[in-house]
Amino acid sequence: MIKKAVSFVVIAIFSLMLFAVIKEWETASRLKPLAREYVTREPAELGASNLVTAIVVTYRGLDTLGEVTVLFLAAAGVGLFLKLRDREKKTPRRNSSEILKTGITFVLPAIIMFGVYIFLNGHLTPGGGFQGGAVIASGVLLLLLTFPDYRPKYGAIHTIESLSGTFYVLAGIAGLVLAGGFLDNRFLPAGNFGQILSAGAIPLIYTFIGLKVGTELTGILSNMKGE
Amino acid sequence: MISILVIGSLLIVVGFWGLLTRKNLIKMVLSIAIAETGLQLVMISIGYIKHGTAPIISGPVTGADAASMVVDPVPQALVLTAIVIGVAVNALLLSYVVSLYRKKKSLDISDFKELKW
Repeated sequence: MIKKAVSFVVIAIFSLMLFAVIKEWETASRLKPLAREYVTREPAELGASNLVTAIVVTYRGLDTLGEVTVLFLAAAGVGLFLKLRDREKKTPRRNSSEILKTGITFVLPAIIMFGVYIFLNGHLTPGGGFQGGAVIASGVLLLLLTFPDYRPKYGAIHTIESLSGTFYVLAGIAGLVLAGGFLDNRFLPAGNFGQILSAGAIPLIYTFIGLKVGTELTGILSNMKGE
Repeated sequence: MISILVIGSLLIVVGFWGLLTRKNLIKMVLSIAIAETGLQLVMISIGYIKHGTAPIISGPVTGADAASMVVDPVPQALVLTAIVIGVAVNALLLSYVVSLYRKKKSLDISDFKELKW
């Protein structure tokens, strides 16, 4: 009982803090200096239409590299927690319905293609490597749900994951050597603004990120499902 | 955009309330996920500029006066990464719960007293 009261007091104080923030809140009517700088400099400097992509991949590229590392560590942790066990008896699972089995053969290629489309167009339209990778992983989730006995090819997944991670770092070093700094995208020609092959190395880097995120989330899913 | 801020703050409070009062480990993980969603909504709403549009330079938003038309892209980039990290952290927590359950055959947090002082 006393525990309940204590948590109620804590939550009440916390809500008061949030309420104070909301009460004083006014929607900004102009950009902050940092954002203004990014928005005005970016089109001429990097040539990507999507400003969020330019910030994620280039201006804050090192953060994104760290984030991909965190994702990798989480995937490794999931594997560690769920793999360390003897494979006990498998409970027989009911087969999926015919509709699901037939439907997935039509839908799955489209899902994978949509994921690739999202990360290839990340510098032009809303989207990018993380979103595209998540879409690909959702396709794999559908596959795992439809065929309970299906095992993804771990060798291929790990190869793609390590290669895309390595090439991501190599692209960063190429930026360091050939252009202005680590993960600078200007070591490739800028191209025409708004074309698919533009914005220097951003499509290339986002492809690596998309493949890496897709394979990592696939690894997490198949580990959790193999449970 | 103040409504998004309010909804996000409510979700944060709900999440923390669940984290403090629930005993079931899976419910605690879900509470963290709810609080996280609220935090992402709050961050997105902080970056809103009055009558702003998506920070993508095409169509009517052109290079010269783009700065007066778009919303703040920096919090959006931050939330983009926060969502992915959130998914990974939730997966990690859930698999930790699975391995805890295997040890003690219990999902109640009060059964795990080893680190309690």
